[in-house]
Amino acid sequence: MENLKAKSFELRQNVLDMISRAKGGHIGGDFSVMDILVTLYFKQMNISPENMDDEDRDRFVLSKGHSVEAYYAVLAAKGFFPIEEVIENFSAFGSKYIGHPNNKLPGIEMNSGSLGHGLPVCVGMALAGKMNKKDYRVYTVMGDGELAEGSVWEGFMAGHQYKLDNLCAVVDRNRLQISGSTEDVMGHDDLQKRIEGFGWHVIQVNGNDIEELNAAFEEAKTVKGCPTAVIANTIKGFGGGDVMENKAAWHHKVPSADEYEQIKKELAARKEAALHE
Amino acid sequence: MNKIPNRQAICDVLMEEAKTDKDIVVLCSDSRGSASLAPFAAAFPEQFVEVGIAEQNLVSISAGLAKCGKKAFAASPACFLSTRSYEQAKIDAAYSNTNVTLIGISGGVSYGALGMSHHSAQDIAAMAAIPNMRVYLPSDRFQTEKLFKALLRDEKPSYVRVGRNPVEDIYSEESCPFEMDKAVAFVDGVPSADTASWADEEFDAAIIACGEMVRPAVEAAALLKEQGRRAVVLDMYCVKPLDVESVIQAASRSKAVVTAEEHAPFGGLGSMVSQVVGANCPKKVINLALPDAPVITGTSKEVFDYYGLNAEGIAKKVMELI
Repeated sequence: MENLKAKSFELRQNVLDMISRAKGGHIGGDFSVMDILVTLYFKQMNISPENMDDEDRDRFVLSKGHSVEAYYAVLAAKGFFPIEEVIENFSAFGSKYIGHPNNKLPGIEMNSGSLGHGLPVCVGMALAGKMNKKDYRVYTVMGDGELAEGSVWEGFMAGHQYKLDNLCAVVDRNRLQISGSTEDVMGHDDLQKRIEGFGWHVIQVNGNDIEELNAAFEEAKTVKGCPTAVIANTIKGFGGGDVMENKAAWHHKVPSADEYEQIKKELAARKEAALHE
Repeated sequence: MNKIPNRQAICDVLMEEAKTDKDIVVLCSDSRGSASLAPFAAAFPEQFVEVGIAEQNLVSISAGLAKCGKKAFAASPACFLSTRSYEQAKIDAAYSNTNVTLIGISGGVSYGALGMSHHSAQDIAAMAAIPNMRVYLPSDRFQTEKLFKALLRDEKPSYVRVGRNPVEDIYSEESCPFEMDKAVAFVDGVPSADTASWADEEFDAAIIACGEMVRPAVEAAALLKEQGRRAVVLDMYCVKPLDVESVIQAASRSKAVVTAEEHAPFGGLGSMVSQVVGANCPKKVINLALPDAPVITGTSKEVFDYYGLNAEGIAKKVMELI
């Protein structure tokens, strides 16, 4: 079995390179969401370049589209496009590697970037799965700041109304957004009770722990009659060490040359440690 | 007088097609009655999705369904659909290029006395400004039926606005020339979708209209004929993509152009026609439209009459111009 924990730090290094070269991006959320994406793409979903047009494939929408750098790193690792090409061209003039997901690229189902769209779109995808009697599962990943968008709660309502047990919504609960603490900007605690109040099954995990995440997704598959939300409690900037972790400023900060080296060193050390666990 | 509103014609087409096409899905936001789609919901419950009063959800769910092979038809009052869910139309339908047809019902001032909250006098401008979003305003039930049959065959996003009330027939079972994205020209009262058929004609004026303004435009041409003036009328149901070829031909062969639309004065059919005429065959273009203000209280007819959006008003404007 591939060491996915080590892989997640390697992919964060790709993100660091993309953003440093382009001088722009949303690195804090990329680092917090990475383990969620790695778990979904390498342990859960049957999505690959070989089956990307197959009607039975699982569906994924990155609702927090600003974490596109992490998404590119994972899709590249899955073989959808070369990582070197992404790092070279991310956000450059005329590039197809735009700063938010675009479905002209292989592996990307829906364009996103405006928050609060992913869950309602996934409700439609899950409904289609039920109508067509398909077994595929539908996943979306939202940010926690995103939960202030009213359309998210329209999606929660509809997911329950149509008993979409083939739908799983993940919240990257890193507790920080661009202006600061989510609880200061627009609070979401107690998030579990809120989502349960909408009729969903809710599981809380350490969202930077691939084993815990994987167990949650396995549990979600056994839940019948309602959708599941996974509240993935993460650390914004996870993997970036003291320089980056839990600092709102890193929402879209570009690392200086010194910071780049420190973060790179930290990622390498964590990857090394993961390989020897 | 025909008693079938265009929304009813939409339901009839979808019900007929849904018998054999299980991928057709109709979505409503507590609007199945207003949209005349209640019979569809009753006859095809497996192909009907109710989202409640949630227009943003309506459009996003439609896009998700469409992305998984469905042909989604989302119907909601045009006033809410075109602005409440504008961003979902922009991103989930148009930008993501999903097979979603947005049906704006009770468009324009259909809701008359209910006030500005229920009027959609900005929907053409809003929707036409979105790349990859097409905008259609069919004029009568026969054209509506042909348009929806055409939309069922393609897989691209579009916005269709229809009114609430029955509109008098313009076409008939026997005569409803239709070609997708091609205006219908009325020359001496006879409709044709073939621009070559009137390429050598000369006119005093071109009247270009869409939706509920086509009928008064055709009637205005008849009034002008009584006064010895000849006008070509274009039923520009395809506001976007605008049939540029027909606009240029009509304008080139006329002394002046008058447009008529149930829409605010900016960003609608009149603006688009003016752009095309200005760039290709400059001459005077007058846009008849609703005012840039909340419209006066009244039924659709009372409102149209008040602002001169009727046969007499259009004919009068043409006479002033020429």
